[in-house]
Amino acid sequence: MAKRINAGYYISEGFHNVFSHGFMSFAAVCMIVACLLIMGTFTLVAVNMEHMLGELERENEFIAYIDETYTREQAQGLEKDLTAIENVAGVTFVTKEEARQNYLQGREEVELLKELPSTVFRDRFRIHVDDIREISATVDRVKTVSGVAKVVVALEIAQGFVLVRNIALGVALVLIAMLMIISLFIIANTIKLATFYRREEIAIMKMCGATNGFVRWPFVYEGMLLGLAGAVVAFFLQWGVYQLVCGFIGSNAGLGLVAIIPYTAMAARIFIIFLVSGFVIGVAGSLMAIRKFLQV
Amino acid sequence: MIRLIDVYKEYDNGTKALKGVNLRIDDGEFVFLVGPSGSGKSTIIKLITGEVYPTDGRMMVNGFSPDNMRTNQIPLMRRTLGVIFQDFRLIEKKTVWENLSFVMRAVGCSGRETRRRIPYVLKLVGLEGKENHFPNELSGGEQQRVAIARALVNNPSMIIADEPTGNLDPQRSYEIMDLLKRINELGTTVLVVTHERDLVDRFGKRVVAIEDGKIISDETGGYYNG
Repeated sequence: MAKRINAGYYISEGFHNVFSHGFMSFAAVCMIVACLLIMGTFTLVAVNMEHMLGELERENEFIAYIDETYTREQAQGLEKDLTAIENVAGVTFVTKEEARQNYLQGREEVELLKELPSTVFRDRFRIHVDDIREISATVDRVKTVSGVAKVVVALEIAQGFVLVRNIALGVALVLIAMLMIISLFIIANTIKLATFYRREEIAIMKMCGATNGFVRWPFVYEGMLLGLAGAVVAFFLQWGVYQLVCGFIGSNAGLGLVAIIPYTAMAARIFIIFLVSGFVIGVAGSLMAIRKFLQV
Repeated sequence: MIRLIDVYKEYDNGTKALKGVNLRIDDGEFVFLVGPSGSGKSTIIKLITGEVYPTDGRMMVNGFSPDNMRTNQIPLMRRTLGVIFQDFRLIEKKTVWENLSFVMRAVGCSGRETRRRIPYVLKLVGLEGKENHFPNELSGGEQQRVAIARALVNNPSMIIADEPTGNLDPQRSYEIMDLLKRINELGTTVLVVTHERDLVDRFGKRVVAIEDGKIISDETGGYYNG
């Protein structure tokens, strides 16, 4: 009897098994959905934190004061030199008149300042950086540009951002990895339970001369189908949960400043990540679960 | 053909199940393997089906040597055997047809081959018209016939029946044994493990008696003296 087993047979068996063991399949899908939702929610919180910190970083700037002996044209001419410096994202020229105006904002009632001449101020550049972690080196390079008299930078704030960002990223990565491993074990155990329920079937197959591959492949396809089904359900549930949270934040004045990334902007990536995770969890869980039962 | 040459088997817990067993079963024979519980009968079956390996000695099963073969050859060896169990071991969620077709698919048969072979085997065991029944809709005797059909469906050269009548009444037991005799007459080697004295004596076939891990008698046309 020739070997004519093909992927079509394995897939149809895997598909058939999903429905013929309905309750266990339902339990496995629920576990996958729960694990993906927990991981997904945590990842989305981390992504949003990263986004907010990034926004705050972009707003972080330092000031380069121009030598008073420089004319307005000479001062403006430094823009090219400054933007050419590595890690400088952009520069904004501020005249001494604009600087005065900015300074007086909120101090309109102070009589003493009303006669404050603009010559007290200097022309200046507001400099934004790409990577806040490199701000010290960037400041040093700006100082070397001739015509820059003084640089003022709040290094502590910049370093604070870097620290918060690193801690948040580290904690998020560790937690996501832990959740991933826990999910894998929970799902492997769920599938193991389903496999245990069918150990007799496996033993009969083996006794009749079935190879390990013949026994394993339908389980792998079954795990894959369950994983993908769980991923699709989790994707839409995640969407609902995210919208609920966004709605709550939007309606709460105290949280109005929190900038949330819309789900639709990340939907394609989330869908792909969920599908890949569901696939990996389903297949790896099946392989882990069935290994023991093949020793007949 | 089965050959066991000076075979010893000691389990990990120290139990010495077989102590130098020599046995030869030629193609086309009908053999009863008899003996009390714990005598080593099941160990011989497990050795033949490749579930356990001998601690010492040499073996040959239908051209395969289980004592020194690679694990990927075990399925090939098992395809030359059909095994029947006392408790039938049918899959409850599958119909009679599905219980048979899945073992054919397991060895690589196409759907067309299963559609050709299964009706023939069901007719042979007297279960025509029961294809769509589930095991729990059948009597004990019928379930054992399904198990025999399953053992036969891949056309093995040898049938091993481990206490096949243990769960059946005397009339059904006789019918099952008679069915195995007819299968043997069609050319399949049959090895029946049992301790049912009446049945063994009634069929007058070769009887191999084992006790305490050793073969104590081997007579053709013999009687059960265990």
